[in-house]
Amino acid sequence: MDFSLSKKEELFLQMIREFAQNEVKPLAAEVDEEEKFPIENVKKLGKLGVMGIPVPVEYGGQGGTNQMYSMAVEELSRVCATTGVIVSAHTSLCIAPIMEHGTEEQKKKYVPKLASGEWIGAFGLTEPNAGTDAAMQQTTAVDAGDKWILNGSKIFITNASEANVFVVMAMTDKSKGTKGISAFIVEKGFKGFSIGKKEMKMGIRGSATCELIFENCEVPKENLLGELGKGFKIAMMTLDGGRIGIASQALGIAQGAMDETVKYTKERKQFGKAIAKFQNTQFQMADLETKVQAARLLVRSASYKKDMHLPYSADAAMAKLFAAETAMEVTTKAVQFHGGYGYTREYPVERMMRDAKITEIYEGTSEVQRMVIAGKLFA
Amino acid sequence: MKIVVCIKQVPDTTEIKINPATGTLIRDGVPSIMNPDDKGGLEVALQLKDKFGAHVTVITMGPPQAEAILREAMAMGADRAILLTDRKFAGADTLATSNALAGALRNIEHDLIITGRQAIDGDTAQVGPQIAEHLHTPMISYVAGVDFDGKNLLTVKKEDEDGYQMLEVHTPAVLTVLASAFTPRYMTVKGIIEAYDQREIEIWTAEKIDVDEAKLGLNGSPTRVKRSFTKPQKVAGEVFDVTPEEAVDLIVSKLKEKFII
Repeated sequence: MDFSLSKKEELFLQMIREFAQNEVKPLAAEVDEEEKFPIENVKKLGKLGVMGIPVPVEYGGQGGTNQMYSMAVEELSRVCATTGVIVSAHTSLCIAPIMEHGTEEQKKKYVPKLASGEWIGAFGLTEPNAGTDAAMQQTTAVDAGDKWILNGSKIFITNASEANVFVVMAMTDKSKGTKGISAFIVEKGFKGFSIGKKEMKMGIRGSATCELIFENCEVPKENLLGELGKGFKIAMMTLDGGRIGIASQALGIAQGAMDETVKYTKERKQFGKAIAKFQNTQFQMADLETKVQAARLLVRSASYKKDMHLPYSADAAMAKLFAAETAMEVTTKAVQFHGGYGYTREYPVERMMRDAKITEIYEGTSEVQRMVIAGKLFA
Repeated sequence: MKIVVCIKQVPDTTEIKINPATGTLIRDGVPSIMNPDDKGGLEVALQLKDKFGAHVTVITMGPPQAEAILREAMAMGADRAILLTDRKFAGADTLATSNALAGALRNIEHDLIITGRQAIDGDTAQVGPQIAEHLHTPMISYVAGVDFDGKNLLTVKKEDEDGYQMLEVHTPAVLTVLASAFTPRYMTVKGIIEAYDQREIEIWTAEKIDVDEAKLGLNGSPTRVKRSFTKPQKVAGEVFDVTPEEAVDLIVSKLKEKFII
């Protein structure tokens, strides 16, 4: 068993860290404050190959590993959680299902432009009445001979207003429950498809989270993704992979808050000494550092299993559960260590605390992760 | 156009801390990096590659672990990488280093040789000019801008302390480059993967270069360390944001305070 990074991974980490520090960090406050989608940085990430890391070279990707992809989301989220989730949703929720379930034609048509970052991807499962109970899908897809007609709406869709390609779930046969759900590839310009209202969010405010509206939306026959009636399965498999991305994002947020707090507590003086010299600070920070490192090992282990094509569903759930709760704890305490300053927007920790909360909610709440873990435990 | 860029692996001196008790450098855990001026030089070469399709070779002399910066250079876009490594090179001062590098460069077809101005560990700024001397090649140091006519003429901006000169030089030539003038590009993901999975680094030992062994390594190094000492740490200066008039008063009062005037 080897816990060390390879030289290749170390060099990759150096590259993504340099980019995150030089290009992403300086914009993070503005992205949050102005709810600005960081399109320039997304384009730059595309040019460097970060929008398609685990995609095979023959489909325009980089031929990298899920481990490298996870490290990229972590390092980006360490300075800007919005940028982290943009890469995560794009890679795990849009490219991955097309790569894993798409026909050769679908892969050739969509993946190269997504992997190069020319196109941005998104994923639509959640509906107003179908959150954790995803089987309650009300969006329908009707076979109209030469095409599918979609009607309904999706909410809370990351990247929505900036995306070109969407993987969307819709009910093709209500009588069959989850086995009546199918997946479709929808393009931005399809007739009857539009973007609805943008959500005003607590955190990850630049991620362009919007509603998707389908009004007799015409989807070509060949854009059914996977087999008819396999949509729910595809969605669940996709979310298993997505959880590695969100776990990496949560880990990055936690690490970012640690970075800020170590720096601040060494500089901030009270009662004649740096607050880092107080044992309360040291003991609490030691506990937090231990949890962050434990989260990192869970994330790396889940990524490793995915790379090795081993079952990783429960591993991804554990990684996301623990990393998300660690991110929430670390950021909350980071604000506390910063005192009054931590509560202001002069310091980034209040943003990190707001950003951390979503990692306990999306791509399966922490409760759902516990269900997945318990499901395996009591199988 | 064939370009060779000489690069060096150095400790990241911005990360070095001084042990307050002993006054010595704490080297443990200090990361090794590509010397910043050399990285600027690589960027110049890669820009010429983008514009004119130049072929870029990187070479470094150092221990086996120096291959890390060669992989980094390939991940940025260099086409070929050579590691000059041999126990016979150990202990080299700038003269022995430039002898070894010049020996290697004689065996590499080139129109242009680029080095950094100086390395952040030694700060000598001697190796580039010495290479030019060994190869009897014209050299321009402190380069902050490079233009190429596509054939054999370079127009070069050479920075001085109080301005700059525009110079022309025919290839082959040696340029020593300032990091401040050329922001290096990022590595690409594909470049990193290929640098490790598909590309080879050529290992050259002393046998591969035609240089008298007496001119290499410690034997070839006339430099002797007479004495070494640690500079006392300077206390951070005070910064005053004042008008010129206030500044005069401030300076006068400070000088009086110290009984200088």
